Amino acid sequence: MSRNRKQIHLAAHFPGVNSTTVWADPRSGSQIDFSSFEHLARTAERGLFDFFFLAEGLRLREHAGRVHDLDVVGRPESITVLNALAAVTDRLGLAATVNATFNEPYELARRLASLDHLSAGRAAWNVVTSSDAFTGENFRRGGYLDRADRYTRAAEFLTTARELWDSWTPDGERRPFAHSGPQFGIEGVFTVPRSPQGHPVVIQAGDSAEGREFAASGADVIFTRHSTLEAGREFYADVKGRLARYGRRPGDLKIMPGVTYVLGDTDAEAQEHAAEIRRQQVSPQNAILALEQIWGRDLSGHDPDGPLPEIDPDPESALVQGRVRVADPVAVARRWRALSEAKGLSIRQTVIESSSRQSFVGSPATVAAALEEFVAEDAADGFILVPHLTPGGLDGFVDRVVPLLQERGVFRTEYSGTTLRSHLGLPGPVWKG
Amino acid sequence: MTTSTRPLHLAAELAPGSGGAEPGPDTTARTVALARLADTAALDFLTHDDSFGRPGLDALAVLARVAPETRSVGLVPTVTTTHTEPFHVQAAVATLDWVSRGRAGWRIEVSPTGAEARLFGRRPAPPTAELWQEAGEVAEVSRKLWDSWEDDAEIRDVATGRFVDRRKLHHVDFQGATFSVKGPSIVPRPPQGNPVTVVDATRPAARDTAARHADVVLIRASSAEEAAALRAELREGARAHGRDPGQLRVLLSETVDLDAYEGGPGALAELIAGWHGGGAVDGFHLVPAVLERDLERFTGDTVRRLVDRGLFRTAHEGTTLRDHLGLARPVSQYATTGATA
Repeated sequence: MSRNRKQIHLAAHFPGVNSTTVWADPRSGSQIDFSSFEHLARTAERGLFDFFFLAEGLRLREHAGRVHDLDVVGRPESITVLNALAAVTDRLGLAATVNATFNEPYELARRLASLDHLSAGRAAWNVVTSSDAFTGENFRRGGYLDRADRYTRAAEFLTTARELWDSWTPDGERRPFAHSGPQFGIEGVFTVPRSPQGHPVVIQAGDSAEGREFAASGADVIFTRHSTLEAGREFYADVKGRLARYGRRPGDLKIMPGVTYVLGDTDAEAQEHAAEIRRQQVSPQNAILALEQIWGRDLSGHDPDGPLPEIDPDPESALVQGRVRVADPVAVARRWRALSEAKGLSIRQTVIESSSRQSFVGSPATVAAALEEFVAEDAADGFILVPHLTPGGLDGFVDRVVPLLQERGVFRTEYSGTTLRSHLGLPGPVWKG
Repeated sequence: MTTSTRPLHLAAELAPGSGGAEPGPDTTARTVALARLADTAALDFLTHDDSFGRPGLDALAVLARVAPETRSVGLVPTVTTTHTEPFHVQAAVATLDWVSRGRAGWRIEVSPTGAEARLFGRRPAPPTAELWQEAGEVAEVSRKLWDSWEDDAEIRDVATGRFVDRRKLHHVDFQGATFSVKGPSIVPRPPQGNPVTVVDATRPAARDTAARHADVVLIRASSAEEAAALRAELREGARAHGRDPGQLRVLLSETVDLDAYEGGPGALAELIAGWHGGGAVDGFHLVPAVLERDLERFTGDTVRRLVDRGLFRTAHEGTTLRDHLGLARPVSQYATTGATA
């Protein structure tokens, strides 16, 4: 196997609460039983993936003041699941999304260090922020943060956590710590010894300029939405270009877009299958909901098989809670109307048509070639795969695509190291204590 | 053969003293091995103590790690309520119940020191009474959040495109003295309905919280009479709070060095049999003076003697911690009687 070719990194995401999951498919399993998480994690490890990745839930989404019920609802608490998965996996990295807004550094640093110990060096933390009062209603500290301040708190949170992890020297000596900053004033002793990775791997998932800079300054992996070749290359060049300022090399930050995929025996079969999946992901009820998320109005009286509404969106609407806000609903509505008119589409057909295509669709050979090209062309360093069926949706990829990547010499044939840092080819963190 | 119709309950502490061994793969392996020992001996549950102020890993994390490698022993980490977010606490405990298939409990503790408060820098250490009052509120909101999903909330109804019946998901709208929580939980109703709540009621300040909220109470006593009096007080307290005292389990908790204990493991078996048979306690919680040695002697000798006398089970009959403790699985407080989908 040629080691000159740029190696691909792979991760598996258990998507849970979002519209990707086709829960109505009879093959779709439990979203909460441990056996589902175990199945997906073991499949990922069988496929020699770098890590397994869970998102976070802080409050159930609501629509028009009531809990949103059309997609998967309910998920486990991530770090607890990952600790359990540490018992049934051996090398696979274990990544939890945990917000830096409704948490405190001491407790979270302790939980992450514990996971790293219990997994013998496989822990990762996807740092996210939350800034809305809606979510804050579940927490002591409430939704008090101005959106502009969320990265300020997150940056200081991460710095503080690193100080805690570094308060034990690599030789095993424990020193007291004190951190005094605008966000946190804490002092004492960190009671968990330095864990196998020193610091858990830090993942960051921001797309804004602030987010990219935050990642460049201190993240190990950046999780992005840019899953087309052109957008990927642009993002990659931009982010890698920010590293030098921090004394970091291009390989110190891995860029991994979240991607979806559909396999078929032939490309044509895969395309058909992909269209069917998108149809399943947009039920008639979900189509009306999608419309309401753009229009910001109650459109329950509309027929999903009928035309789009005549009225304009209400951009100030608070109808939808717990989701990322649509940036320019009026523009989206205009696009949808144009699409609907041009192709004679109903509401449901319009929503399906304008929903994003799966990132990689084709036979295993086609998909393998596309993944390789993506990475070779510097549009990514790897991918976080998001199956539409859980827990079995990764099986086909591991069985049919991974061997082709291995044959091409762009993916590992065994784990060479035991830690997630090793799989990702990252340097150990510099001890700054 | 049994001298009492009341079952005997046995438990043991996995992290005694002021901190555990150096974390690492060997320590993890030893912890798993000890948990399996307790599992095979059919103990009701294991506790794992914890505090922000002492060395060691997060207790809930350790027991989540242990869960897939054990079959039916209950898993009860200490969880503190003073500096933590109640919403996160209940979600983690609910998830421990999911990953262990219904074997989770939690042992409520407070963080009383200024040193612990300075690790968070949010407020000074509150006075003791307030600490336990707050702990009680955390227990109360946790139960509400565990109940905020009714058992049959998930419906996967293809015809209407609904994954859940949102009439079976409830805001809890809890207003406490130091925090409020809207709800519902993000975690579906745990397998046990409510994971088992354990409180150490040795300190008087904890006693009212124990009477209000605990399923299992750990006590210390130097005589059967003292234990019996404390047990009666706790049961009366539970009754006064509208609870069925028959749903409370009071266990004597004692640090024992089975090398030094007069009469050895056999004498301990006698004490347990006597205090339980006389109605002073519902069971015994061992805190090993020397972790591996004393836990091995306890399960291999003391427990074996109790089994041989027909006083303790040979194997778990049920699958959940509530089954082992003989506790009913509660219906959600939000379920309307006779409600249909």
